[in-house]
Amino acid sequence: MARRRAVLATVLATTSAIVLTACGGGSAPSGPVTSLRVLDYYNNEPDKTVYAQMLDACGQQNGVTIEREAVPGSSLIAKVLQQASSKTLPDVLMLDNPDLQQIATTGALAPVSDFGLAPTGYAPGVVSAATYEGKVYGLQPVTNTIGLFYNKDILAQAGVQPPTTWDELKTAAQKLTSGNRYGIAFTATADYEGTWQFLPFMWTAGGDEKDIATPQTAEALQLWVDLVNSGSASKSVVTWGQADVNEQFMAGNAAMMINGPWQFPVLAKDPALKYAVVPIPGPQAGATPVAPLGGETWTIPRTGNPDRQAKAAKIVECLNTEANQLALATKRSTVPTKSALVSQLVAQQPDMAAFSSAVQTARARTGELGAEWPKAATRIYTAVQNALTGGAAPLAALQQAQNG
Amino acid sequence: MAEGMSLALPRQATTTAWWSPRRRERLLQLAFLVPAGLYLVAFFGYPLAQNIVMGFQEYTTATFYTGEAPWVGLANYVDVATSAVFGTAVLNTALFTIGSIAGQFGIGLAVALFFRHRFPLSGVLRSLLLLPWLIPLIVSGAVWRWILDQDNGVLNTVLGSLLGGLHPGWLTSTSVALVAVVLVNIWVGIPFNTTILYGGLQDIPQELYEAAALDGATGWRAFRHVTWPLLRPVVTVVLVLGVVYTLKVLDIILGLTGGGPANATQTLATQSYHLSFQEFDFGRGAAMGNILIAISFVFALLYLRVARRADAS
Repeated sequence: MARRRAVLATVLATTSAIVLTACGGGSAPSGPVTSLRVLDYYNNEPDKTVYAQMLDACGQQNGVTIEREAVPGSSLIAKVLQQASSKTLPDVLMLDNPDLQQIATTGALAPVSDFGLAPTGYAPGVVSAATYEGKVYGLQPVTNTIGLFYNKDILAQAGVQPPTTWDELKTAAQKLTSGNRYGIAFTATADYEGTWQFLPFMWTAGGDEKDIATPQTAEALQLWVDLVNSGSASKSVVTWGQADVNEQFMAGNAAMMINGPWQFPVLAKDPALKYAVVPIPGPQAGATPVAPLGGETWTIPRTGNPDRQAKAAKIVECLNTEANQLALATKRSTVPTKSALVSQLVAQQPDMAAFSSAVQTARARTGELGAEWPKAATRIYTAVQNALTGGAAPLAALQQAQNG
Repeated sequence: MAEGMSLALPRQATTTAWWSPRRRERLLQLAFLVPAGLYLVAFFGYPLAQNIVMGFQEYTTATFYTGEAPWVGLANYVDVATSAVFGTAVLNTALFTIGSIAGQFGIGLAVALFFRHRFPLSGVLRSLLLLPWLIPLIVSGAVWRWILDQDNGVLNTVLGSLLGGLHPGWLTSTSVALVAVVLVNIWVGIPFNTTILYGGLQDIPQELYEAAALDGATGWRAFRHVTWPLLRPVVTVVLVLGVVYTLKVLDIILGLTGGGPANATQTLATQSYHLSFQEFDFGRGAAMGNILIAISFVFALLYLRVARRADAS
């Protein structure tokens, strides 16, 4: 009998313990700020260590220790949303620049002007990515974009000069195609990476994401269709991510590729591979290239504690000093967002020249549509895939996607 | 029960009634049910109810911070059902499910029957067969994408050297991609089918086959008249569970094609994921998810009915 009662008591106690734990919540710590929580997605080398060291140094300068958490890129937004709903956002939050406005719409971020910060001297595209309803919500120390990589040896053998216009690109790609080797490789996957690679072609031709069913965008899409249909590019571009494209280039299966400077460390693993980078060609000679801006921005979430937020702003400011912008740019193969620093970077790293010049006229993906960008990006890659797989002619594919 | 209590109350003090052996027994039973009940409510009931409510709301990223989600009635369902991709997604989901189940079950049954015969290393081989099940789906997706690559994939290299000139675009052609995704999903599903069906086969007494053999029924006739009727309950369970699992397959498709090319492998599950986690339109994503849940629910009910009938017999 006594044993039974004990069992009953245990069951009830366990149950109530579960219920109590579920209802318990954390309370905000008060007192002097000694540590700050930082969340980012730099969980791969070399970025992981580069940022760990810089954050620690910035923390030290401001008298706080940094508790940093680096999650995989794909799970960052889910984590941020979960933290936003449980009011446990970190003190300093890194966001991929096209996600900033999406998160700013929630009201969870504080404008940097609240802490006396401003993006003075930054490339205009970088500022527009960080601006939501007239206020700047993040400071981005470095940025990147994509360019045309070419294999020097293969081009020299074929007697082909790096192309500067679409016509040259088509002829060069055709000439460079032989045997198992394609002239060019790019990414046209059914995701935002596919859209990202199409943007420089679409924007330089005068296309716009608000309405993609225009002759300008169709012209850009026609170029991609021609490259694939003529056999200068593989039909597999619809499944190749940027890492796959890089593998094809390294294996010698593609003489040229569209890719970004984050591939430099990977490409360096093959010392025999000689390559160079030029800006992505435009429709005619002299067309102003308009490339999409990449990179991540640092924000200050509203954690409800003014002292902590002020310290967090100091960390964001520290990551964006001229010295640190240059340090991040050289260590991570990126471009400083302060335009005045670009010449210093190119002097140190000549292979960044093509990207550095492209950044000055580059556009932010969310500059025009803000939080509506994901829907437009989906329309773009859907149309690109439809045209490349022969489902519809470029303009018809764009119209279908725009009305979809 | 309640009436009996009210009659008993005037004669007995309340405390003794509380401690009557019958009531205590009852209370103890209930107490044992509470943890399971709470678990079900917290981890199945709440998310399900939340998802259904979300389908009727304009639920965006802002909702997570402000908690505001305006009620929009059926607008999400109307948007989702009238979008250009919905028809394709429904058709693909049906084809994907039917194709996967037919392949998984057919091959799974054949393999299970094969392993009924004991032969050297049969145990080792049978455990090796579980391999596809043990590899994380996202890894097998990446490996298969590599194998199925049109130009440099292993499969096309072999096909090219054997048949010459044959070069299907497994993942790049809109007419073949769904077939390729189904084939990979069949490969993933064979271990599950084989394991369960093999277990069912083990339960069939050997004497029945001996008796059948005496009556002249061997080979196909033994299968038709002994194996199949006795395996029927297991078969139904495998099929219904298989359908529910297959309807919601996501990682394989995302890993192989991401729903492309040109939506050729887009299903209700991938579309729901896309709406919620790529476009941050959680209301519509939930609406799409609820449609999928409703379809799965029909099959779950079917499973319960079959299970009950099996219990009864």
